[in-house]
Amino acid sequence: MMENKWFNILVPVISVFIGLLAGALIMLSFGYNPIQGYMALFKGAFGDLYFFGETIRQTTPYILAGLAIAFAFRAGLFNIGAEGQVIVGWLAAVWIGSTVDAPIYIHLPLALLAAAIAGALWGFIPGLLKAGLGVHEVIVTIMLNYVALYSSNAIIRNVLTENADKTDMIAPTASLASEWLENLTYFSRMHYGIFIALFAAVVMWFMIERTKLGFELKSVGYNKHASKYAGMSVKRNIILAMVISGLFAGLAGSMEGLGTYGNMTVSSGFSNIGFDGIAVALLGANNAFGVVLAAFLFGALKVGALNMPTQAGVPNELVDIIIALIIFFVASSYLIRWIILRFKREGK
Amino acid sequence: MSFMELLQAVIPTALFYSAPLIFTALGGVFSERSGVVNIGLEGLMVMGAFVGIVFNLTFSDVFGSWTPWISILAAMIVGAIFAIIHAVASITFYADQVVSGVAINFLALGIGIFLTKQWYDKGQTDMVSQPFYTTDIPILADIPLLGPIFFQGIYTTSYVAILFAFVAWYVLYKTPFGLRLRAVGEHPMAADTNGINVYKMRYIAVIISGAMGGLGGAVFALTIALNFSHATIVGQGFMALAAVIFGKWHPLGAMGAALFFGFAQSLSVIGGGIPLLADVPQVFLLIAPYVLTILALAGFIGRAEAPKANGVPYIKGNR
Repeated sequence: MMENKWFNILVPVISVFIGLLAGALIMLSFGYNPIQGYMALFKGAFGDLYFFGETIRQTTPYILAGLAIAFAFRAGLFNIGAEGQVIVGWLAAVWIGSTVDAPIYIHLPLALLAAAIAGALWGFIPGLLKAGLGVHEVIVTIMLNYVALYSSNAIIRNVLTENADKTDMIAPTASLASEWLENLTYFSRMHYGIFIALFAAVVMWFMIERTKLGFELKSVGYNKHASKYAGMSVKRNIILAMVISGLFAGLAGSMEGLGTYGNMTVSSGFSNIGFDGIAVALLGANNAFGVVLAAFLFGALKVGALNMPTQAGVPNELVDIIIALIIFFVASSYLIRWIILRFKREGK
Repeated sequence: MSFMELLQAVIPTALFYSAPLIFTALGGVFSERSGVVNIGLEGLMVMGAFVGIVFNLTFSDVFGSWTPWISILAAMIVGAIFAIIHAVASITFYADQVVSGVAINFLALGIGIFLTKQWYDKGQTDMVSQPFYTTDIPILADIPLLGPIFFQGIYTTSYVAILFAFVAWYVLYKTPFGLRLRAVGEHPMAADTNGINVYKMRYIAVIISGAMGGLGGAVFALTIALNFSHATIVGQGFMALAAVIFGKWHPLGAMGAALFFGFAQSLSVIGGGIPLLADVPQVFLLIAPYVLTILALAGFIGRAEAPKANGVPYIKGNR
C-alpha cells in the first residue's frame, strides 16, 4: 500500500519532468535555446503580479474541470464530456447573468446555480444511459460535447441575441470580477472564482473521503459486483457520480462566463477547458489536492506560453505538445513503474 | 427546384463530405475490431490534414497535377507512423486506451500548429494550389438520369472511399488475416492460445487506423478546407468515430453511416436552398449525427454490439 502511494506521487512528477525535457529537446532541435524558452515561459507565468493574476485566472476553471473528471474517475467513469458541460454551464451562467435583474446576493448565486444545474443535467444523460442501459459513457459524452457546442451557438444566435456573434455582457450584479483582486495584480482578469474553485476542491475531498456517498462511489469504482453484493445501488451511484461531475464542470464554465469574459461568443471549436481538465485530473492522480496542484501547473504553462513567441521566438503550441506528452507518460505509468523498479534492482 | 435538380444538388455534396469520414471510420473499424479503442481518430485526421497540405504546398511544382494524390499517400504514411505512439502506449504499456487517444488528439494539434508556425511564420498555411478538383467520370456521366446525379462534378476520392469500404469488408470478413484480427478483439486469450500474436495483430490494426485516419484528414484538407489551421479538423474525427459505432463496427455499416452523416452535413450547408428544409433550423442538422449515435448506442435503433475485448489491454498470462 505504501509502495502504491509512493508511485502515485512519483509517476506524475517524473511525467512532468520527462515532458519538460522533451520540450527542451524540441526547442534544441529547432535551434532555440531551451533555457531562454523556459525562462520566457516562467516570466510569462510569474514574472510580475499581472502575469501571476492571469495564471490564477487560468487555473480557476482548470481546478473545477479537473475536479469534475477526477470525481467521475473515482467512481470508475470517464467523463470526456466535461467540455460539453463547461459549455452549457457557461451559457446558463451568462443567460441568467444577462437577462435577470436582481441584487447581487441573489443574482450571482442564481447564475452559479444555473451553471451547476446545466452541467449536472448534461452529466445526467450519460449517467442515466450508463446505469440504465449499460451504454459506454465515453462515447455518449463525446457526442454530447458536440450537441452542447452547436446548440449553444444556436441559442446565442437565435434566442439570446438577434443573429449576433456574442451575448450581451452580464450585469455587474452577476459578475465575479473583483476590483480588489484586479488592483492587487495590475489589472489582470483574476476574479473571485478562485475561492469558489478552492472551496469546491475541499468539498470534493470531503465528499470522497469522509462521507458514505464517497465511500460507495469509490467502492463502485473498484468493483461493481462486490458493491452490489454489499447492498449498494450501483445504478444510483453511477448516475450521482456523473451528475456531480457535470455540476463541477458546469461551474468551471461559469468561471469563464461570470469571471473572465462576462459574456459568451459563438464558437466554431471547443473552449478546451474540459479537455485540459482530463490532463489536470490525470496528473493530479484524481485527488482533490493533486488536482489543485496540477491545475496550477497547467494554468502556469498555458499563460506562460503566451510569452514564449515574443521573448524567445518559440511558438506557444510547444506547451500543448508538452502537455500531450505528460498525459502519455502518466497514462503509460506502467512504463515508469518498470523503469523505477529496474533502477532499484540495479542499485541493490 | 425539381426533384432531379434537388438530387443533383444533394448527392454530390453528400459524397464530397462523406469521403473523409468513410476513410477515417474504416480505420476506426480496424482498430476497434482488434480491441483497441481509438478516440485519437481526430488527431490522426489532424496529422493527415497537416501533412497533406504541407506536402502539397512544398511539392506542387514537382509533381504537377499528381500532387494531391501523392500528398494523400504521404499523409497515409505519416499517419501510420504517428499511430504507433498510440499503439505503444495502449498495447505495450497497457495505458488506458481512451486516455492515450485523448493525448493523440492533443499531440497532433500541438505538433501541427507548432510546425505550421515554425515553417510559415503564422497560424495557418497558405491555400494549396493543387487541390482535388471535381471531374465528370467518362462514359458514366452520359447515362441519362443517373449520370448527372452520381457521375458529374464529383470528386474521384469519394469513389475511392466507397471502394475502400468494400476492400475493408473483404479483408476483415473473407481473409484469414481478418479472422485473426477480429478474434483478437473478441477474445484475445483464446486467440493467443491458438497461436495468434495478439500484440502484433493489434499493432497492425492501429497502424492501419493511422494510415486511414491520415488519408481521411488529407482528403478533407485537399477537397474541403484547402489549408491547414487549428480549425481545419474540428470534430470530423469524432464524427467518424460516431460512424464506426452507428455502423456497428462493420466496414459497410460504417460507410453507410458516414454517407448518412455526410448527407446531414451537406444538408446543413445547402439546406437553405431546399424548400422543405429551409424552415428546419440548421442546428438540428448539425447535431443529428451525434444524437443519432447516442440513440443507436441506447439501442433505440437496433442493438449495436461492440467487439468484446474492445478497450481492454491484453496482458499475457493474466486472466
